Amino acid sequence: MKEHTTRIYDPVSDTPTSYARDPEGTHPPLDYPPYKSTALRYPKQPLIYLPQTITEITGPQLYSALGTGELDHDLTRQHEGEPIGERIKVSGRVFDTEGKPLRDTLVEIWQANAAGRYLHRWDRWPAPLDPNFSGAGRCVTDDDGGYSFVTIKPGPYPWGNHYNAWRPAHIHFSLLGRAFAQRLVTQMYFPGDPMFPYDPIFNSVPDEEARQRMVSRFSIHGSEPNWALSYQFDIYLRGPGATPFEDAP
Amino acid sequence: MIFPSTPSQTVGPYFAIGLPWDAGPHAVPPGAPGAIAIIGTVYDGAGEPVPDYLIETWQADGDGRFADLHGHGGVSQLEGFRGFARCGHEDGDGSYEIITVKPGAVPWLGGGVQAPHIDVTVLARGMLQRCVTRIYFADEGEANAVDPVLATVPAGRRETLIAEPTDDGYRFDIRLQGPGETVFFDV
Ligand SMILES: [Fe+3]
Repeated sequence: MKEHTTRIYDPVSDTPTSYARDPEGTHPPLDYPPYKSTALRYPKQPLIYLPQTITEITGPQLYSALGTGELDHDLTRQHEGEPIGERIKVSGRVFDTEGKPLRDTLVEIWQANAAGRYLHRWDRWPAPLDPNFSGAGRCVTDDDGGYSFVTIKPGPYPWGNHYNAWRPAHIHFSLLGRAFAQRLVTQMYFPGDPMFPYDPIFNSVPDEEARQRMVSRFSIHGSEPNWALSYQFDIYLRGPGATPFEDAP
Repeated sequence: MIFPSTPSQTVGPYFAIGLPWDAGPHAVPPGAPGAIAIIGTVYDGAGEPVPDYLIETWQADGDGRFADLHGHGGVSQLEGFRGFARCGHEDGDGSYEIITVKPGAVPWLGGGVQAPHIDVTVLARGMLQRCVTRIYFADEGEANAVDPVLATVPAGRRETLIAEPTDDGYRFDIRLQGPGETVFFDV
């Protein structure tokens, strides 16, 4: 087990002047033919190297603007009744790649219901909507970088990418980090999902170990007896890099 | 000890469940002095408007200061300035509008200045990572001419980063692919 530092970011003194670029294979390519919707939506021209300036190393403190409510983190209590499905706790910590917890960072999630259906007008597959489930939540990390949601386990769902295409169950995650350069949108998966080998979105991440970092961990100790199973998902955002001058190509 | 980053995945078609919020497109409060609208349309490689995209913008205020709590460059003194806008719709037509103020010049690395600009994140179904671009302003010709980032962009493609004036702000279209493809950056 690797050791994380116990130091947290001080908003003023811990202000990286650049963020490290991730190694090859960490993130999916923009052009990925097995995921058909990429075809008309990836830039064909090479990306142009942008040294990180003050615009990229600063970032919004969005949580104050959004004013996260007390129940925003509990997706099972946003309606009159309880949603159908397997009640779960999804929790973890947000770190940078140096292992420093990131506090005060907004974590936003959205997901399908237990039947694999989204509360969205474009989702037309014939699985039931749940009147007690909207599928969106948000919270702000605490001083240890920790976040926690209560929700129901989303179902897998079919999609039109290819014949007999199904997405493994997943929860969408959005993280702002502390700087424009740290912005991350990802998906959290569940351990041992039999659909992993067939899903082009999961497999768009080239590196096998990197893919596994999107898979949450079941925790019997985190589970609450007679109440909810626990899945833990730690998230790592880019950490401090070399100075912009050293980092130049 | 280095812990590798969590990989990026597409925002998918259903982000509107969770990400947009009513005041999201407002980087400044309604009625803020000097407020402008930046409008535009996002197009795909077939030249069709992309209905299911999300854009986010991040910028300095008119004095070149950010609404940032890190202490970088001094915090914006503009009342209610968020500096961040997010725009995306459940049933979009490819167009966006954000309400903001025109940013001032901000420092370049180790001295000098950059021309006024806004950083933009584009996310969509079919995009496995975000794409990052910058909005510059057509009426800042002198500043643009010496901007160190624009200088790294091939001359023939610079105009894809320049927003054109409208009655109440600017227009900045984004072309993800093909003729007139917007310049995207590796940040
Ligand atoms: Fe999904």
